[in-house]
Amino acid sequence: MTYIPTSPHERDDMLKVIGVKSLDDLFDAIPAKHRFPKLDLPPALTEMEAYAELSDLAQSNENVRGDLISFLGAGMYNHYIPSVIDHMLRRGEFYTAYTPYQPEISQGTLQAIFEYQSLMSALTGMDVSNASHYDGATATAEAVSLAYAQFRGKRKKVVISPTLHPQYRAVIRTYTQGMNIEVIGDDNQLPITNYQLPTTNNPITDDPISNLQSLLDDNTSLLILQYPDFFGRVNDYTKLIEASHAKGALVCVVANPTALAMFKTPGEMGADIVVGDGQPLGIPMWYGGPSVGFFTTRKNFVHKMAGRLVGETVDNRGQRAYVLTLTAREQHIKRERATSNICTNQGLLALATAIYLSVLGKSGLKQVANLCYQKAHYAARELNKIKGYKVSSETFFHEFVLECPAPVAEINAHLLDEGILGGYDLSQDYPSLANQMLIAVTEMNSREDIDVFVKILSEVNHE
Amino acid sequence: MNNAASTAASSTATPPLSAKVVEPTIFDLSSPGRIGVTMPASDVPETDSPPQHFLRSELPLPEVAEVDVVRHYMHLSKFNYSVDSGYYPLGSCTMKYNPKINEDTCRLPGFLFTHPLQPIETVQGNLALMYQLQEWLKEIAGFAGVTLQPAAGAHGEFTGVLMMRAYHKSRGDDKRMKMLIPDAAHGTNPASVGMMGMTVVTIPSDERGNVDLKALEAACDDTVVGMMLTNPNTLGMFDEHIERVIELVHGCGGLMYGDGANLNALLGIVRPGDLGFDLMHFNLHKTFSVPHGGGGPGVGPVGVAAHLVDFLPEPLVGILEDDEDDTPPLYGFIKPAKSIGRMKAFNGHFGGGFVRSFTYIAMHGPDGLKDIAQYAVLNANYLLAKLRGTYHVPYDRICMHEFVAEGQFEDSDVRALDIAKRLMDYNFHPPTNYFPLIVHEALMIEPTETENKDSLDAFADALIKIAEEAKSQPDLLHNAPSTTLFGRMDEVKAARELVLCCWLPEGYDENA
Repeated sequence: MTYIPTSPHERDDMLKVIGVKSLDDLFDAIPAKHRFPKLDLPPALTEMEAYAELSDLAQSNENVRGDLISFLGAGMYNHYIPSVIDHMLRRGEFYTAYTPYQPEISQGTLQAIFEYQSLMSALTGMDVSNASHYDGATATAEAVSLAYAQFRGKRKKVVISPTLHPQYRAVIRTYTQGMNIEVIGDDNQLPITNYQLPTTNNPITDDPISNLQSLLDDNTSLLILQYPDFFGRVNDYTKLIEASHAKGALVCVVANPTALAMFKTPGEMGADIVVGDGQPLGIPMWYGGPSVGFFTTRKNFVHKMAGRLVGETVDNRGQRAYVLTLTAREQHIKRERATSNICTNQGLLALATAIYLSVLGKSGLKQVANLCYQKAHYAARELNKIKGYKVSSETFFHEFVLECPAPVAEINAHLLDEGILGGYDLSQDYPSLANQMLIAVTEMNSREDIDVFVKILSEVNHE
Repeated sequence: MNNAASTAASSTATPPLSAKVVEPTIFDLSSPGRIGVTMPASDVPETDSPPQHFLRSELPLPEVAEVDVVRHYMHLSKFNYSVDSGYYPLGSCTMKYNPKINEDTCRLPGFLFTHPLQPIETVQGNLALMYQLQEWLKEIAGFAGVTLQPAAGAHGEFTGVLMMRAYHKSRGDDKRMKMLIPDAAHGTNPASVGMMGMTVVTIPSDERGNVDLKALEAACDDTVVGMMLTNPNTLGMFDEHIERVIELVHGCGGLMYGDGANLNALLGIVRPGDLGFDLMHFNLHKTFSVPHGGGGPGVGPVGVAAHLVDFLPEPLVGILEDDEDDTPPLYGFIKPAKSIGRMKAFNGHFGGGFVRSFTYIAMHGPDGLKDIAQYAVLNANYLLAKLRGTYHVPYDRICMHEFVAEGQFEDSDVRALDIAKRLMDYNFHPPTNYFPLIVHEALMIEPTETENKDSLDAFADALIKIAEEAKSQPDLLHNAPSTTLFGRMDEVKAARELVLCCWLPEGYDENA
C-alpha cells in the first residue's frame, strides 16, 4: 500500500528536471557501505489486511466496555464520552493542522485553545491556563520548574505529599535529576496512620497533614498536594497552604477535574498552581494515553509558566482574533536559557476537553460528579457491611480505600475470573499498605455492577 | 494556477470591517438553562452531600445545546488550514498526508477502553503491539533498544540527555557537562540541555552545510557529554563527513545523539545506528503519520545502542515467557537495570500514537518505507531545481527531504515573512520561516512524499509569481494575506494586554 501520488512517468520527468538519472542518485552523500540497508520487516499489508490484523490485536484485549466491569482508577478513569466530541475531533481541519504558527489561517485551533484555557481557569478557580502539557505527571513536574525559576534556583527543596500519585512522584524525580534540588516528604514506608487525616469533624480548623507542614522551611520552593488525594480523600488544604505561604513557598495542587465540579476549588484554598490530568474530561483511557495535562496558575506567574499560551488580539481588519503569545519565553527564542524545552501542547486532546466541558456544561458536569459521588458512596457502604472488609476513607469523591481480608492480588485474580477488573493494589507503591485496595466508581458503574462486585467480594471472604 | 494567481493578485483590497467573520466564544453562546448532555438519573440509594464547607459555590461553565456546540466547532474548523485541505510544506515538520485508516484502527474499542493498570494477561494485544513497534523502530534505525514512552520530540530529547548523563555518571565520569550543538539545530536541543544544568557549545556549519570539522575538533575534550546532531540537518543537508564527526565525538569519550526530526529522509536509505549514533529520538507524528492535531499530541520514542539499553526509562515492554508450541509469548513490562526512571505517567501515547504508527509501518513494509524517503527527497530536489533561479539558496547541493531558500531580493524590501503571508493568498500554507537561524530570511521548504507533481508545480509557480510581485508590487506582499478570513495580527497588543481567557473569576480585579 502506498500514499505516494506520483506516477512513474511524472517521477522520470522530475528526475530529468533535477538532472539525475535515478532516485538512487539522490543519495550519494550517504556513506556507501551503509546505504540502502535491507530492513527486516514484514511485507506491506493492504488496508484490508491491516485493519484485520489491528482488529485481532484489539480484540485480544479485554476492554471495560463489554468485556469487564471496572473498578480501577488510580489516575485514569472510565467515564462516558458524548458522541459529539469525536465527531468534531475527526474534522481534518483540526486534526491535520500543525501548531498554529500562522494565525491568519489557524484561528480555529487558536480560538479553541483560548476557550480551553478559559474553561480550565474556570474549573480550577485560577487566573490563567496554558495550552496544556503532555499529561498530569509532566504538568506537575513543570510546576517544580516554575517554582525553581521563581526563586532563581535559590530554594533547593520541594516537599511532596506521600498521597500524590506514585507515578507523578516518580516523574518529578526523573525531571529534577540535573537540577540540584531535594525532593522530600513522601517516605513510602510510613504506617497508614500517617496517611490519615485527624478524625475531628472540623477540617477547616484542623491542621491537615502536620508531617508535611513540619518539612516546610525557608529553603522550600514548592509544596505539592493532590486533591482528592491518591486515596480519593477530599481535604481542605487552606491551612496548609497558608502555612506554606508563611514560609514563602509556593503550593501546587494536583486536582481531579471531575471532582472540581462538586468540591471547593484549589484556587479558593489559595493554591498558586493547579495542575492535573484532563483524561476524565472526554478522553478515552486508550491504555494510558495520550491524554492532556492541564496547568493553571495565578496571573503573576504567567511569565514563568512553561508551554504554549494563546492570547486575544485583533487583526489588521479590526476583527477579534487570537495568537500564540509570550513566545519569547520559549525554547525556539531562548534556546538553552529557556526554563522548559516544551514545543508541543496536546492540541487535539485539549480540544476534546474543551468540547466536553462545553457540551456537558454547568449542569452536565455537576451530574457526572454527583453520579460518581453517589455510586462510590453506595459501593463503599455496601462493601463496608461485608465481614472482613473495612472502608477506611471518610470524605471522599469517587475513589476510596478498602481494607481486604487477603492480599489484593489474590482477590483481584478471583474478581477477574468473574469478569470484574478490581481496584488498585496499594501495596505495589506503599509496602505498609498490604491488603488495601483503591476502588474507583464512576457514572459508568450501574447499581447492578456494584451489587455483583459486593457479592463476589463477600464470597472471597467466606472461602 | 495562472488563473488562481491572477485572481489572488486582483483582490488586494482589505475587506471592509462590516465583513467581520468573528465567531463568538463558547461563553458568549451560553444562555442560562440550556442543556447539552443529560446524564442518567442515579440508580443507587442517595447519600448525603459532603459538608457545605467542602463544596464549591459556583461552576461557571457555559450552558449550550449540542447543536450550538457542533456549529461552533464547525465554524472554528473552517478557520483552519490543514493537510487535508491543502499543501502544507512546513519545513522540519513533515506535514505529510495521514492515512484515514489510522483513524479507524486507533479507535477500535479494544484499544480505546483499556486501562493502563489492567493485569497484563488482559491486555496482551496492546503489549504485543507495543513490543512489535519497539522491534520495528529498532530495525528501521539500527538500534538495540527503544523506549516508546516520551510524549513528543522534545520529551524524547530530554530523555536522551538524561540517559547520556546517567551513562557517564555510571562510569564515574562526573566532569562531563558540555554538550556540542550545531548552529543549525532546533531550539529544543539547547533547551533540553539547559534543563539539565549543562552548558551548550555551539558548533558552526561550514559553507556546504556540514558540521565545521575544525571547530568540532577544537571543542572535543574530556568534558564533553556528547553531541546532538540533526542529520540531515535543518538545511536539509546530509552531513558529508558524518562518519568523521561521530569519530571525533566518540574519540573524546562523548556520545552521539541524533535528533530524528528528519528521519523521513532516511527510511530504508541509511540507519543512524549503523553510522555510529548512540541514541536518537523518533518523531512518530512526523515520520510515521500520527496527525499533528493542531499542536499535539506528539510521540517521541528513543532508540539506543547496546551500551545504553540499561539506562532506558521504565517501563519497557518485554517478553516475560517465551512462546511454546501453540501458546503465544507472554508480554509484560520490564525495568532496565540502571533506568533513568519514568518520563510520564502510564504507558506512553498508546492509542493516538503507537496504534497509528503501527498501522502505517505495517502497511508500508521495507520497500514502502524506502519509497517514502526516496519520494520525499525527489520532491524536495524537484522544487529546489524549479526555484533555484528565482530564490537564492545559500547551501545549494543535492538536498534531502527539505531545503532552505532566502526570502529576500536585492531590489526589494520584502522579507521572508511577507512572502510567507502572500503564499496564503495563493491558498498554500507557508514554509517555516526565520529558521534555521543561520540563513537570512529563511524559507524552509519540506514538500513531503505525499504531494504530486501538479501541486509542486503550482507551489513553485506561486513562489515565482510572488518573487515578481516583490519587485513590481511590494505592497501586495506587505499587506498580505488579503484573501484569507483573517489578516495580520497585532502581536504586540496580545503580549501587552495579555488577555488569556474569556472568563474571569468572580471578584477578579482586572486592574490588579
